[in-house]
Amino acid sequence: MELIVSDLAVVRGGMRVLEGVNFRVSSGTALVLRGPNGIGKTTLLRTLAGLQLADEGAVAPGPEAMAYASHADGNKGTLSVSENLEFWASLHGVDDISVALREFNMEALEARPAGSLSAGQKRRLGLARMAVTGRRIWLFDEPTVSLDVDSVALFADAVRRHLGQGGLAVIATHIDLGLEGEVLQLGPFKAEAPEDHHEDFHEAFL
Amino acid sequence: MIALLKRDLALSVRAGGGFGLALAFFLIVVTLTPFAVGPNSATLSTIAAGILWLGALLSCLLSLDRILALDYEDGALELLATAPIPMEGVATIKALAHWLTTGLPLTLAAPAFGVLLNLPPEGFLWLTISLAIGTPALSVVGTFGAALTVGLKRGGLLLSLIVLPLYVPTLIFGAEVARRGAEGMAFETPLALLAGITLATVALLPFASAAAIRINLR
Amino acid sequence: MSERLPRPTSLWEYANPRRFMAFSGFLLPFVAAGTVAALVIGLVWGFFFTPDDYRQGSTVKIIYIHVPSAMVAINAWLMMLVASLIWLIRRHHVSALAAKAAAPVGATMTLIALATGAIWGQPMWGTWWAWDPRLTSFLVLFLFYLGYMALWAAIENDDTAAELTSVLCIVGSVFAVLSRYALVFWNQGLHQGASLSLDKEENVSDVFYWPLLLCLAGFVGFFVLLILVRTRTEVRARRMRALQARERMT
Repeated sequence: MELIVSDLAVVRGGMRVLEGVNFRVSSGTALVLRGPNGIGKTTLLRTLAGLQLADEGAVAPGPEAMAYASHADGNKGTLSVSENLEFWASLHGVDDISVALREFNMEALEARPAGSLSAGQKRRLGLARMAVTGRRIWLFDEPTVSLDVDSVALFADAVRRHLGQGGLAVIATHIDLGLEGEVLQLGPFKAEAPEDHHEDFHEAFL
Repeated sequence: MIALLKRDLALSVRAGGGFGLALAFFLIVVTLTPFAVGPNSATLSTIAAGILWLGALLSCLLSLDRILALDYEDGALELLATAPIPMEGVATIKALAHWLTTGLPLTLAAPAFGVLLNLPPEGFLWLTISLAIGTPALSVVGTFGAALTVGLKRGGLLLSLIVLPLYVPTLIFGAEVARRGAEGMAFETPLALLAGITLATVALLPFASAAAIRINLR
Repeated sequence: MSERLPRPTSLWEYANPRRFMAFSGFLLPFVAAGTVAALVIGLVWGFFFTPDDYRQGSTVKIIYIHVPSAMVAINAWLMMLVASLIWLIRRHHVSALAAKAAAPVGATMTLIALATGAIWGQPMWGTWWAWDPRLTSFLVLFLFYLGYMALWAAIENDDTAAELTSVLCIVGSVFAVLSRYALVFWNQGLHQGASLSLDKEENVSDVFYWPLLLCLAGFVGFFVLLILVRTRTEVRARRMRALQARERMT
């Protein structure tokens, strides 16, 4: 399995935020996205996950192969840790949450309401959700925020195991996780309207 | 999809879920009505069916902004969009969960509140039936309004402004069934039209709601 | 901006904001002149050179404002529906902006129709307001306009606003028609039948007919004029925001 992104361009608010993005990630490797804030890392990940429409280019395979972890975890404070995970698992047709609990060291917290967890524990719960989606491609947006050193190592191990089972990952992070794979440095794009006004009458306000 | 329904129901009955708020609001509307129009039982009896419908509608409105806003704020809606269930399914389940926690209790409580407003004895059955048939439409239309306004910080008032005109046909036919039932008149036509509106909105509106949610997530 | 545009090969090319600006700029003075002529002639003819109705007296003359404003009020919504569909299907920005521009005009026309109706109704029916299906459906139509405009105003992102208001307009149209039939069912009313229709049987009599037709043309011209002006303003506002966004990014 291989993730192939070719000539991807994304327009937001009438402005191109991504242009000419090309990369390949093959099975068992991870791609790390780097670049200053506001350069489009989140937009790229959301586009891969199918939450943002691409204006040009192609992503293969489609969103149904992707699991996406954003800044917000989507877990409910009044539900327990295992209830939260069971919910996401059954949405994705997965029965077993014990592996996810073990990999992210959440077993002792299983019955605690998610609202009573610390920030780092909540983050771990959000990341554990990825393990119950049963999907091959994991997309992470700054996954290590509010994680301590041990938890970062825990996370890196979980991703490494996923890669070892033939999965792949795209991770926007500034921390060196020591994963097998390449680094993609996102640079600034030209913030200009399309060149030819007459051809493109959708964006021709300028 | 069953998992989503179960989660939403669990959330609504736990702390801070707001289950029962709509019912309490309904009771307050019914209690305040005689203060406004006077305690004359003949007057109350003629307007009882209408007040009960209006009260149910307003109570329903109260909880609409919770349908999607909470999931939007904590990112769950975005993750639901990437999950292997269609957004139309999400919209339908959300409306169903809202009806089970709001419309259904209101329907069941309405006869008791009817006693307070001196509803004629013949009216009880048809009031309950008209609410049972009509309130699902209120939830589905409300979900559509919630989907339109989910991305807005203070969408509550706007949501009411958008949803209330859409409630006009349901209110007219629903209250008509209840009123005619109470007065012992023929109510088959409004009943059929009410059921028709509910079925049509349940069948079609989730597509519009799903489209609105997708636009808001972009 | 000033270089010559190639000749259009399809009607849709007028949806290009630049071509729209050029064409509407050319059209504006003619529409304005026609509107003023039709309104002045129609209203003067109607007010001063038609006889009083044998039953309604001089109050009948409010028909020259009431009927055209009511027609524009309904057809403005229809135009918004078409424009919304065009935006959703073909994604022409000008279409979405035209729908946005039409809403306040339609809402104002609805208010004018309601107000003139009340003024007319008082001497005729002895009441300013009755919950008659026609009157009530105009009130409901006004509520639909309010919700639509409020949604436009509430959303910051222009494209999101265009999308969501289009969806609301389409769903709202279905519910507006439903409400109309529900109201007819709910209460048979006082209002007289149609003033103008293609089969002549139930029309107003000939003396009123021609000035009324002129007033109608004047109101439609006025509507088109306002839409053109307002859409041009919206296009300019969008240009300005696009320029600002570009400035921020460089």
